[in-house]
Amino acid sequence: MNLLPIQWALVGIWAILAVASVIVFVIARRSDGKMTELVQRTQSWWVMVAIFTVAFLVSNTISIIVFGLISFLALKEYFSMIPTRRADRRVLFWAYLSIPVQYFWVYDSYYGMFAVFIPVYMFLFLPFASLMTQKTEGFLKAVGTLNWGLMLCVFSISHAAFLLILPATPNSSAGGAGLLLFLIFLTQFNDVAQYTWGKLLGRHKIIPGVSPNKTWEGFVGGVATTFVLALVTAPLVTPFEMIHAAAAGILIPVAGFVGDVTVSALKRDLGVKDTGSLIPGHGGILDRIDSLTYTAPLFFHFTRYFYY
Amino acid sequence: MLQKAFYIFVKISVLFLLGLNVRRKELLPSKGPAIIVANHNSHLDTMVLMALMPFSRLKDIKPVAAADYFFSSPLKAWLSEHVLGILPLERKGAEAGRDPLEGCYNALDEGKVLILFPEGSRGEPEKMTRLKKGVSYLAARCPQAPVVPVFTHGLGKALPKGSFLLVPFFCDIFVGEPVTWQEDRIQFMKLLQERFEALSSEKSFAPWE
Repeated sequence: MNLLPIQWALVGIWAILAVASVIVFVIARRSDGKMTELVQRTQSWWVMVAIFTVAFLVSNTISIIVFGLISFLALKEYFSMIPTRRADRRVLFWAYLSIPVQYFWVYDSYYGMFAVFIPVYMFLFLPFASLMTQKTEGFLKAVGTLNWGLMLCVFSISHAAFLLILPATPNSSAGGAGLLLFLIFLTQFNDVAQYTWGKLLGRHKIIPGVSPNKTWEGFVGGVATTFVLALVTAPLVTPFEMIHAAAAGILIPVAGFVGDVTVSALKRDLGVKDTGSLIPGHGGILDRIDSLTYTAPLFFHFTRYFYY
Repeated sequence: MLQKAFYIFVKISVLFLLGLNVRRKELLPSKGPAIIVANHNSHLDTMVLMALMPFSRLKDIKPVAAADYFFSSPLKAWLSEHVLGILPLERKGAEAGRDPLEGCYNALDEGKVLILFPEGSRGEPEKMTRLKKGVSYLAARCPQAPVVPVFTHGLGKALPKGSFLLVPFFCDIFVGEPVTWQEDRIQFMKLLQERFEALSSEKSFAPWE
């Protein structure tokens, strides 16, 4: 079969998922019924990987739209979860409208505007829109929370989509799509790896005040696993030399961990367990993309600095 | 046909723009006669409850709504009746000698599922007021119909009374165990009120002032 490297990579992901599903199936049968969450989680992975694969194979534009939808769902989850002011309904509406605009800059490959639209223009405009309500009580808190929501759910995530726009290089025919696949695969695999190592060997809590289930063993095991995977997969889908593949193999799992605990801190402050219930077994969409909110912008700038 | 097309559109919009988190959907009545009672915050309430029901049964589900609002002009009346499938209710000043609930009794006798908002008005969004006792007359008249309480949160944030701008929020729907007729109006209303209080305290919601 004559498959492109990127298609081989997708085949590999499906193969890993199939193997993981068999393992989960065996574990679930042995523990009769106590593993329903794990089974649900695995089923949800099939759906997520399927959506991603289809978007990926059809076109860049569809993939950009899918990321826009992810941002929309995440921002909706965020706004539904945090305290908001009734007077700010219109302000929230403007915040939602920034999503199609931000992803249009991606589609248009307009990097200059893409990089400043949210942190400059939206961050300046939303306080103005909010003061028009003439309600100053809670103004600072409202503006701060809205801005942070846009940062996490829209600005950060849109960097993953912007990878798609990056062209192929002489060293790598996979181009932007390959880089995106590399980022998403390692970020999500790292989540699973940190969780699995933590379950198997976890002893010493790493940050108990925020996330009591996270352990040093899980963190180190996850970073090591992701590091090895980065070295193995980088030649297939990225233009990276070994030294950069290794750097990305550290950057992604560490940033992913930080993103994960950042959203955990937010949830703890609000007193909620999950950010939503959109993805069975995982919780909300923000629970799934929490790591990506940190890995996407950092990996994007890392790549752009060294290769574009 | 028109009604079906409309509610398919509504269902897609509701799922995409809002997103529902439904608890115990299986407690919704699958056949009539039955009465669904819900708190009222928004025009979206009816849309969402209808969207939760299977399309094949839309004909048998009748939201009960104020005649003075939904049937105030010929166009509104036509849309309310043929597209929304509303059963009109005279809120006040009903003609002497005629029971304003007559239409509801008939619908229940025909085995329909009624959707009722016993607060009587949308009022302040996300604030529940006392339930009006009309629903107890229906339950007394048709004691075999289960009365299913449904508490919704978030729809008043998405589209409150007096606003035309829909702002997306995830909404929570809590379906409660059905209440049956208690042989006593006050007892029945008390039980229903308690069910609503229990449903509304099942989750703590983000403040919205």
